[in-house]
Amino acid sequence: MTDIAVVVDDVSKRFRLYRQRNQSLKAALMRGGRAQFDEFWALRNVSFEVPVGSTFGLMGVNGSGKSTLLKCIAQILHPDTGKISYNGKISALLELGSGFHPELSGRENVYLNGSILGLSKRELDARFDEIVDFAGVEQFIDQPVKNYSSGMYVRLGFSVAINVDPDILLIDEVLAVGDAAFQDKCMEKFAEFRRAGKTVVVVSHAMGTMRTLCDEVAWLDGGKLVDIGRPEELIDRYIDEGHAQRDGDVGGARWGSGEAVLTNVSFMDAGNVSTTKVRTGDAATIRIGYRADQRIDKPVFGLAIETLEGVYVWASNTRDADYVPDYIEGSGSIEFRIPRLMLLPGTFDISASIVDYSTIHVYDFHRHCYRFDVDHGTPRESGGVVSLGGSWGNLTNKPSNKPSNEQSNEHSNDTTGIST
Amino acid sequence: MTALTQLRDSRELLVNLTMREVRGKYKRTALGQLWSLINPLAMMLIFSVVFGLVLRVKIPPGSPSGLNVFAIWLVCALLPWNFMNNAVSGGMGSLVGNANLIKKVYFPRDALVGATVLSCDVTFLVELGVLFAAVLVFGAMPLPWLPLVLVFVLMLTMFSLGLGLALSVTNVYFRDTQHFVGIAMQLWFYATPIVYPISYVAQAAQKLHDKGGRIFGHPLPVEFVYRLNPMERFTQSFRSMIYDNRWPALGDSLYCAGAAVISLVLGYWIFTKFAARIAEEL
Repeated sequence: MTDIAVVVDDVSKRFRLYRQRNQSLKAALMRGGRAQFDEFWALRNVSFEVPVGSTFGLMGVNGSGKSTLLKCIAQILHPDTGKISYNGKISALLELGSGFHPELSGRENVYLNGSILGLSKRELDARFDEIVDFAGVEQFIDQPVKNYSSGMYVRLGFSVAINVDPDILLIDEVLAVGDAAFQDKCMEKFAEFRRAGKTVVVVSHAMGTMRTLCDEVAWLDGGKLVDIGRPEELIDRYIDEGHAQRDGDVGGARWGSGEAVLTNVSFMDAGNVSTTKVRTGDAATIRIGYRADQRIDKPVFGLAIETLEGVYVWASNTRDADYVPDYIEGSGSIEFRIPRLMLLPGTFDISASIVDYSTIHVYDFHRHCYRFDVDHGTPRESGGVVSLGGSWGNLTNKPSNKPSNEQSNEHSNDTTGIST
Repeated sequence: MTALTQLRDSRELLVNLTMREVRGKYKRTALGQLWSLINPLAMMLIFSVVFGLVLRVKIPPGSPSGLNVFAIWLVCALLPWNFMNNAVSGGMGSLVGNANLIKKVYFPRDALVGATVLSCDVTFLVELGVLFAAVLVFGAMPLPWLPLVLVFVLMLTMFSLGLGLALSVTNVYFRDTQHFVGIAMQLWFYATPIVYPISYVAQAAQKLHDKGGRIFGHPLPVEFVYRLNPMERFTQSFRSMIYDNRWPALGDSLYCAGAAVISLVLGYWIFTKFAARIAEEL
C-alpha cells in the first residue's frame, strides 16, 4: 500500500446541466422545489493507481474529463461515486496566483497563499527567500500585487505552489507560464522534484512533453478510461486516433470557398506507403489529393509544417516553386518529395491548401490535417526542431599567453547573450 | 495527532485569511482602519439625534452605574448588533466572493466564513475598547465586567458564525438569499430593543390589551414572542454589563449560550451537508 501514492477507485463525477439556471428562490418555488437539470457524466467508473515516485500523465481530447479528474484528485470537486485515497501531502498547480489579494503586497500574499496551500508560518519563514528568489520579484515584494505584470504574478504563484514541497504534485498545463528562462527554471525544479522521488500527476496536450516526462499515462475519452500504459505505446495510439478524427471532412480548422477541395493528404515513407512515423534523414513524400468540380485556372497548392507546440517550421507552395498548372478540373493529386527529412524527433502537423494564383482567395485550407512523428535517425543531433545536416571539424588549438579566466568570462557572456 | 496538526494548520489559515480581510478592507483609503470606528460613530450620531433628541426615547438610568447618556446606552446595543449584522452578511457573501479561490485550490472552505466573522470580531473588539473608555470617562466602572463581556462576545461570535455558515452555502445555490437577508436584517434591527428600551414593548402590549386585543380570552403573548429573539437577550446582556455595570440576567445568559450552540451546530451541519458541491455550483 505504501508504494502507491494515489488510488482512484471507481470514480464517477456527474455535473448538472440546468435547463434554466435556478438561482432564485422564486424560480425554485414556482417549479416546486428542485431545479430541472440534465445529468452529464464527466467521469465514469475511472480506476487507476499512481505509484510513488512516478510521473503520471492524463491525456485526452478537450472535454474528455481529465481536468475534472485532476480536480477530483485535488479535492476541489467531490466525486459522486467511488473514492480517491492518497498517501502523502498533495499540492495542485491549477491556476497560479488564484489566491492573491490584489491590494496586498507580494510579501503578504506569499504568506496568505502559502497558508491556503497548507504551509505553516514557520515553514513559510524558512522558505520565503527561496520563493521570492525563484520568482525573481525581490524588488517588488512589498508592492501590491495588482501592480505586478502578469508574468510576475504567475511566477510568484508558481513559486509559492512549488515550494509547498508536497509529496504529490498535480499540474494542469501550468508548466507553460512565464518567459523561456522561467520555463527552464520550472522544468529544472520539476526534474529536481522527480529526482527526489516525489509523485507527479500531469495533464497536458503537449504530447512531446508527455512522452519525455511521464512514466505512465492514462488515456481518457468521454469520461471513461480508454487505456493505461507506457507513454511510448499509448501516445502513438492516441495520436493515430486523433488522425482518424482529423481525416473526416468536418473540422473547425478547415475553410475555403470549395470550388476545389482537398480530398486527401498523406505522408508517405520511401516505399510510398502512408505512415505516421519516420526517422530523421529518411526520404518521404507528401501527397495532396484534390477534386475540382469546375475548371480552376492556375491553382496554387501549399503545404506547411508546424510542431505540436505551434512553432511554424516550414512552408512551401507551387507558385514559389514555379510549378503551377494552367488549370485543374476533376480529380487528381500532386506530390511534394523530400529527399532527406531534416526534422529532429518530435511530433509535427501538416497543413495543406489550394488557393488561387494571387494566393488571396482560398478554395480549401485544411489546417493540421495530418500528424506524424519523427524518431531518432541520422543525423542524430541533440536538440531543437531541425537538423542542419552539418558536421563538426576544423578544430584548432593554439596555446595562448592570455590568462584563461578572461576567455571564460567572454564565454559566459556569450551564453547569457544567447539565453536572453 | 493528525487532527491536532490539522487544527494547527487551519488555525494559521484562519489567522491569515482574517488578516487579509482586515488589511484588505480599507486599503487605499486615506483614513484606513479609522473607518472601522467612523462608521459606528456616524450611526451613533444619527440615531442619537433621531431617537434621542427628536423622538425623545426615554431610557432608564443605568443602575447601579448611574449613567444617563442616550448615546452610550445606544452604542452598548448598537455595537453587538453591528457585529452580528456585518459578520452574518459578510460570512454569507464570503463563498461567492471567493469563487475563484474555491474553484482552484483545496482548503477547508469553512475557513472563509470563519475569517470573515473573525475580521468583524477584530473591529468589534476595537469598538468595545473605545466604548469602555467612553463609559469610564462618564464616570462608570465597567472594567470588572470585561472578562464576562468577552465571554458574551464569544457566544455572539458562535451565534453569528452559525448563521453565516448556513447562509453562505444557501447563497451559493440561491443568490436571492443575500437580498432577502438584507431586508430581514432591517426588520430584525427594529425587532430588537436597540434604539428603544424594552419597556416600550411592554407598554405597547398593554395598550393593545386594553383595546381588547386577545386570543381565546388570553392576553396576546407579545412580550413572550418578542423575547424569543436571541438578539434581544444579547442586547440586554451587553447593556447590563457595560451600561448598568451589573450581572446579566441568568435566564438571558443561558438563552444566549443555548442560541450560540444551536446556531453553530445547525449552521455547521448545513454547511458540511452542502459544501461538497459548491465548487461546481459557483
